[in-house]
Amino acid sequence: MNFDLSLPGHLAAALGPELLLMGGAMLLLLWSAWRPESDVNQRQVGIASMALCVLVMIAVGVYAFQGSTAGNGVIAVDNFRWVADEIFLIATIGTIAMSLDYNPREGILAGESHVLLLLATSGMMILAAARDLIIVFLGIELMSIAIYVLVGINRRRERSAEGAIKYFLLGAFSTAFLLYGIALVYGATGATNFGAIAANIERLGLATSGLLLVGLALLVVGFGFKVAAAPFHMWAPDVYEGAPTPITAYMAAAVKAAAFAAFFRLWLEAFPSLLTTWHDPIWWLAVVTMVVGNLVALAQRNIKRLLAYSSIAHAGYILVAMVVGTSLGSSAFLFYLFAYTMATLGAFAVVVAMGAPGEDRMGVEEYSGLWNVRPGLAVAMAVFMLALLGFPIFGGIGFFAKWYVLQAALQTPAPQTRLAVILVLTSVLSAGYYLYVVMVMFMKPRASTAVLPARTTGWTSAVVWGTAAIILVFGVFPDALVSFTKRSTLDVAKKAAPVVTTR
Amino acid sequence: MAGFLDSIGYNDWALVALLLIPLVGAGLIFVVGRRNAAAGDERALEDPGARQIAFYTFLIEFIVSLGLWWSFDPANPGWQAAIDMSWIPTWGVRFTLGVDGIALMMVLLTTFIMPLTVLGSWTSVRTKVRSYYALLLILTTGMLGVFVARDLFLFYVMWEVMLVPMYFIIGIWGGERRIYASLKFFIYTMLPSLLMLVAIIWLGLHARDATGTPNFSYDNLLSVSSVSPRAALWLFGAFAFAFAVKVPMFPFHTWLPDAHVEAPTAGSVVLAGIMLKMGTFGFLRFALPLFPGAAMNPTVRNLMLVLAVIGIIYGALVAMVQPDFKKLVAYSSVSHLGFVMLGIFALTVQSVQGALMIMISHGISTGALFFLIGMIYERKHSRLIESYGGIARVVPMFAAILTFVSLSSIGLPGTNGFVGEFLVLVGSFRTYPVFATIAATGVIFAAAYLLWAIQRVLFNPLDKAENIHLPDLNRRELALLAPLVAAIIWLGVYPAPVLRRMEAASQALVNRVEGGAAVAVSEPVAVR
Repeated sequence: MNFDLSLPGHLAAALGPELLLMGGAMLLLLWSAWRPESDVNQRQVGIASMALCVLVMIAVGVYAFQGSTAGNGVIAVDNFRWVADEIFLIATIGTIAMSLDYNPREGILAGESHVLLLLATSGMMILAAARDLIIVFLGIELMSIAIYVLVGINRRRERSAEGAIKYFLLGAFSTAFLLYGIALVYGATGATNFGAIAANIERLGLATSGLLLVGLALLVVGFGFKVAAAPFHMWAPDVYEGAPTPITAYMAAAVKAAAFAAFFRLWLEAFPSLLTTWHDPIWWLAVVTMVVGNLVALAQRNIKRLLAYSSIAHAGYILVAMVVGTSLGSSAFLFYLFAYTMATLGAFAVVVAMGAPGEDRMGVEEYSGLWNVRPGLAVAMAVFMLALLGFPIFGGIGFFAKWYVLQAALQTPAPQTRLAVILVLTSVLSAGYYLYVVMVMFMKPRASTAVLPARTTGWTSAVVWGTAAIILVFGVFPDALVSFTKRSTLDVAKKAAPVVTTR
Repeated sequence: MAGFLDSIGYNDWALVALLLIPLVGAGLIFVVGRRNAAAGDERALEDPGARQIAFYTFLIEFIVSLGLWWSFDPANPGWQAAIDMSWIPTWGVRFTLGVDGIALMMVLLTTFIMPLTVLGSWTSVRTKVRSYYALLLILTTGMLGVFVARDLFLFYVMWEVMLVPMYFIIGIWGGERRIYASLKFFIYTMLPSLLMLVAIIWLGLHARDATGTPNFSYDNLLSVSSVSPRAALWLFGAFAFAFAVKVPMFPFHTWLPDAHVEAPTAGSVVLAGIMLKMGTFGFLRFALPLFPGAAMNPTVRNLMLVLAVIGIIYGALVAMVQPDFKKLVAYSSVSHLGFVMLGIFALTVQSVQGALMIMISHGISTGALFFLIGMIYERKHSRLIESYGGIARVVPMFAAILTFVSLSSIGLPGTNGFVGEFLVLVGSFRTYPVFATIAATGVIFAAAYLLWAIQRVLFNPLDKAENIHLPDLNRRELALLAPLVAAIIWLGVYPAPVLRRMEAASQALVNRVEGGAAVAVSEPVAVR
């Protein structure tokens, strides 16, 4: 159906999945608070949360297949949003499943941790839908505040608390940037709605307005923090290391995806006429992020930090899709997010499975000879590493994701050949650390003193095998997914394919 | 024979079957092995399991592939046994396979060598047996896929698929410095491959249809010839870089000695026998026909020829001073593959056919050499030439076969090595007399390093007491070497059937490249 967003009833209907998720989360919060803190409680709330997520996924699917549309209001109703939502929800389910095993081990018995994840997810869904700067801010805050708490939820651990403080301070800092940017953009254009901003820039000839430029720069910095793009990535490794592992997975996969989705939409819908001017800064942001992320990752010997830097590098690859800025770019972006989310979730699930109480055993060397004792885990981890590396068949969907981004980069009116070459060269760098993990697992002998990792329990292994299966199956037959994301492009990108100068 | 093959519809399923059979075998190994998993590795080795399954799978594979020999029509330079299926329509990617005279020989070489590699690993691989053979099987699918792919996307996927099993084979079952060697092998191959990937996407997009769907079909790309000379040069560079590392051509060869020496015997055989041919095959299939203008550009061509000749001489000279027998053979590959590159870039029908002959005979002879080194290493656990001496008296069979295989590798008339090198030198002498003359000295060097090595290993005084009790070849090892020796003699004495099957394709290639180059030259070159 076609929603008229000026009517409250229609607006609520258009936000149906978000409202369902929030309402359910509130009920679960009450349910969890009503009962004494215990592992059973935590577990039941977690399972109920996953069920709720599945329900919301179905709701999103229904909205998507109805082909609902909306006029130019505060939120978007398009496939881009639905696909992004599904990715967030899958990531949430995976995270909760991991937490079910992880939380009791670390003595986290609060069922609220799952509910906080649900609330963060609803913030993400709002971000994916936002078509108004105020809504963007609302989504960012809803998401971030829940994550601040989650990072520090293991309050007995020093690292966790340190990560939480760091994330909170820097997060607040970046939010300030964002807010200031929003204010300046509003000051320059007199609008917060994306469509209105674009129209006003066009109508009033604001393309060179100083106020707008400063506002945009601040927005880029703010989003740069959220997606951990270099040089705004400094917080990521420490926070990723300190946070409970499932939350790290969630941050690396879903939080990044949500911030990118909002960034992407803002960029293409509100500032299509400025893409030419802003091509160079974003181009450099992508290049610096790819180079820094991959180079520094080479030096990491802690698996969580390694994956943190890998996620920074992947932010760079995703930025390539943004530089491209075409409708093909936006579908490549979604495809990449999906592949990246799967591989990241799986890799962190292996980290959870390998972990011991108190979060030790995080050095990559602890994985030595894993193949000899837990061949299944080792093979799955190898699949995730190769997927992140973008290797065909063995890395499944990861290769197609990279292929799609490269194709998008080369299929613009002015092919981004140099950017494509830099992308592949930096991914050769990434082979250095992804293969390091593989090498340690398969080629190093297991130390005789090494403790045998506990057998992987139900939920975590479900995540490991589920993501591995998705990666491998779509890695041979990707067409369904490709044509699905191809239909999920941003509308405005279709209307105004920007002419981008060659670099 | 051809009639029988037609009656079972051989051409409609042969290539798909060749790609699937190894995968089925790999799956089977794990299904059967699961039953024995509890018994531990040593038991699994004794069990009628992985080795047998792998061997019979490869045998079936070879028998199935043999049909191609008869069903192939030598007069037809086009695709045969072609298959065309849909794969990723949204991206314009199709699953298309086919063989021409060039690919046919490479496919047969692969399926011929693979069963032997199982015999060669029979007792030397003792850990993780199931995974080892499963990886060998998967590797075979990748290699065959490279040879028969007619879609550049599919080609690239297969090209990369080969890499992972080989990485594990070197890294897990290799020698002391295996981790270093395997990583070096992986990175060296991956870097230029990814640049080639960008070139492939660029090409596919260049050939896209009105709806914007790219097209990666090889035949289609051949007919779309509107790439600007400048772009063609870059694209050729990307392809040539990827292939040159794989060959390996002179400055990019440093991964080869490490990988060959550290790999287990079967790994070395597959690397030298088949995977090096991927590079030269890539030149013949992609780099030259797709960008004739760039490839025949005098500067590019001379550069490639110079590098080829340097490779011949340099490889031979370095081989001469190696104390390690395996490394010596590894460097001899650099030299031999230099001949292949010379033949390809000299670009006469004779030299191209000669190059193809060397590709085949190098696979057989060098493969046999690596097998022999592996056998003696299994007995004494040393690859150093100086730790042997005079062992011809203790292991006469081994000595006879080693001498014979070495002579074929040197290119003695009457063996397979002679045919190819002779054709390359004759063919390239017509277009590039100077290069051909210099290259001819490489043959002399080859005689020097191999004969000298043989002398030191087999014929000097038997001065090491521990060598007196070396056992001679057993029946399994003889069974392994017999087909190789037979192939050496057959190709040396009567190569005509092989040459006949490659002739049309070589002729078509030369015509296409020369024709394409002529067109490209007549176009004005845009200066920017």
